[in-house]
Amino acid sequence: MIRVVLPTHLRALARIGGETTLDVDGRATQRSVLDALEAAYPMLRGTIRDHVTQQRRPFVRFFACERDLSHEPPDAPLPDAVATGAEPLLIVGAIAGG
Amino acid sequence: MSSVRVLVGTRKGAFILSSDGKREAWEISGPFFAGWEIYHMAGSPADPNRLYASQTSGWFGQVMQRSDDGGKTWKSAGNEFAYDGVPGTHQWYDGTPRPWEFKRVWHLEPSLTDPDTVYAGVEDAALFRSTDGAASWHELSGLRGHGSGPSWQPGAGGMCLHTILLDPRNRERIFVAISAAGAFRTDDGGTTWRPINRGLTSQHIPDPNAEVGHCVHRIAMHPSRPAVLFMQKHWDVMRSDDGGESWREISGNLPTDFGFSIDVHANEPDTIYVVPIKSDTEHFPLDGQLRVYRSRTGGNEWEALTKGLPQRDCYVNVLRDAMAVDSLDSCGVYFGTTGGQVYASADAGDRWTPIVRDLPAVLSVEVQTLT
Repeated sequence: MIRVVLPTHLRALARIGGETTLDVDGRATQRSVLDALEAAYPMLRGTIRDHVTQQRRPFVRFFACERDLSHEPPDAPLPDAVATGAEPLLIVGAIAGG
Repeated sequence: MSSVRVLVGTRKGAFILSSDGKREAWEISGPFFAGWEIYHMAGSPADPNRLYASQTSGWFGQVMQRSDDGGKTWKSAGNEFAYDGVPGTHQWYDGTPRPWEFKRVWHLEPSLTDPDTVYAGVEDAALFRSTDGAASWHELSGLRGHGSGPSWQPGAGGMCLHTILLDPRNRERIFVAISAAGAFRTDDGGTTWRPINRGLTSQHIPDPNAEVGHCVHRIAMHPSRPAVLFMQKHWDVMRSDDGGESWREISGNLPTDFGFSIDVHANEPDTIYVVPIKSDTEHFPLDGQLRVYRSRTGGNEWEALTKGLPQRDCYVNVLRDAMAVDSLDSCGVYFGTTGGQVYASADAGDRWTPIVRDLPAVLSVEVQTLT
């Protein structure tokens, strides 16, 4: 079970109260977690990564275990603490603009 | 009894303002999609309870929303806007080629006859259509592909397709306008397109009379007379009497002919409205006086409408999609400002009152007349 914390606007869009939990097939990676997230909440498609290129949106970041994982390859394994559900994957909207 | 519903898109959410036909007492609902930019909301003429909304964010991209109950509840709709084929390039501000890249939906235009069909004008400029109630979108790529597309350049607000006019007498004819490319028309339902900018003159471009490159801000049409078009260009208010084949200036006695919005009285096809803005570098009314100008002669002769509007210290802007009319016997006219006011006139512009004063900056105003 993977725990994911979304930014406020995406929680509102997906109508999620707090953090959400996902079952991920196979190894937990950014790609597999986002695949599971978008399957559970189709309205989030296109809001975290581009529909076509699958690239992370520039003002979205992935944090976990006090590390910035945003520039890790999408198929790199997430930290064990995330894979086991001990720590959440934080999807963060960058603090920029007004 | 008739009623009106005013759909207001703002920088931080959507609002719906409702009143009976007297248009004196208003109920305000919202914000919907709080914190998101709502570039535009529009209702289906074929089913007024079907609404569409463009919800965007610099962080999270484009979301589309749909309501089937007049805006009480909303559901996310399809938000994948993929250009047809290899997108190609347009010109960037410095003249270098730049790949087409989808950014947001500026304007929604529901079909006149089918609630499930809706057009979307997007940035980077292209026209999309959905025929399944906004579940999926497909580009009408003949517009970008007709030949001049690689020479289009963005205006200061981006390279947006912001105006879509459906001809009520000819289902095959659609007009669109793009900043800063100009106006275009299809006569075969969107398959093929051509520029319709003859007569437009723009002093700030290398060839002032070029076929494309004009910064058209808005076009309006009266449904009873679809070959007559009124245009607010960057500078100049223009008119065409032949479906855009040719244009002539009708700025007449306007104190400045820069502006963004333009609209037509619902019951008088030769009565038109603009909100003059000082200049392209000072986006606020002249002398701090917010004035709508009305022409009852189809242009050239304009009168200032001031009653109820601030006549000192007013430095708001009225954006291109932020003016609309209702279709009651005494035509209602509405506009929103970047200062968050939505003004209404129930007597065709003679007197104005603010429905609300303190919304976020208003991006768009649409009106539904409900019977």
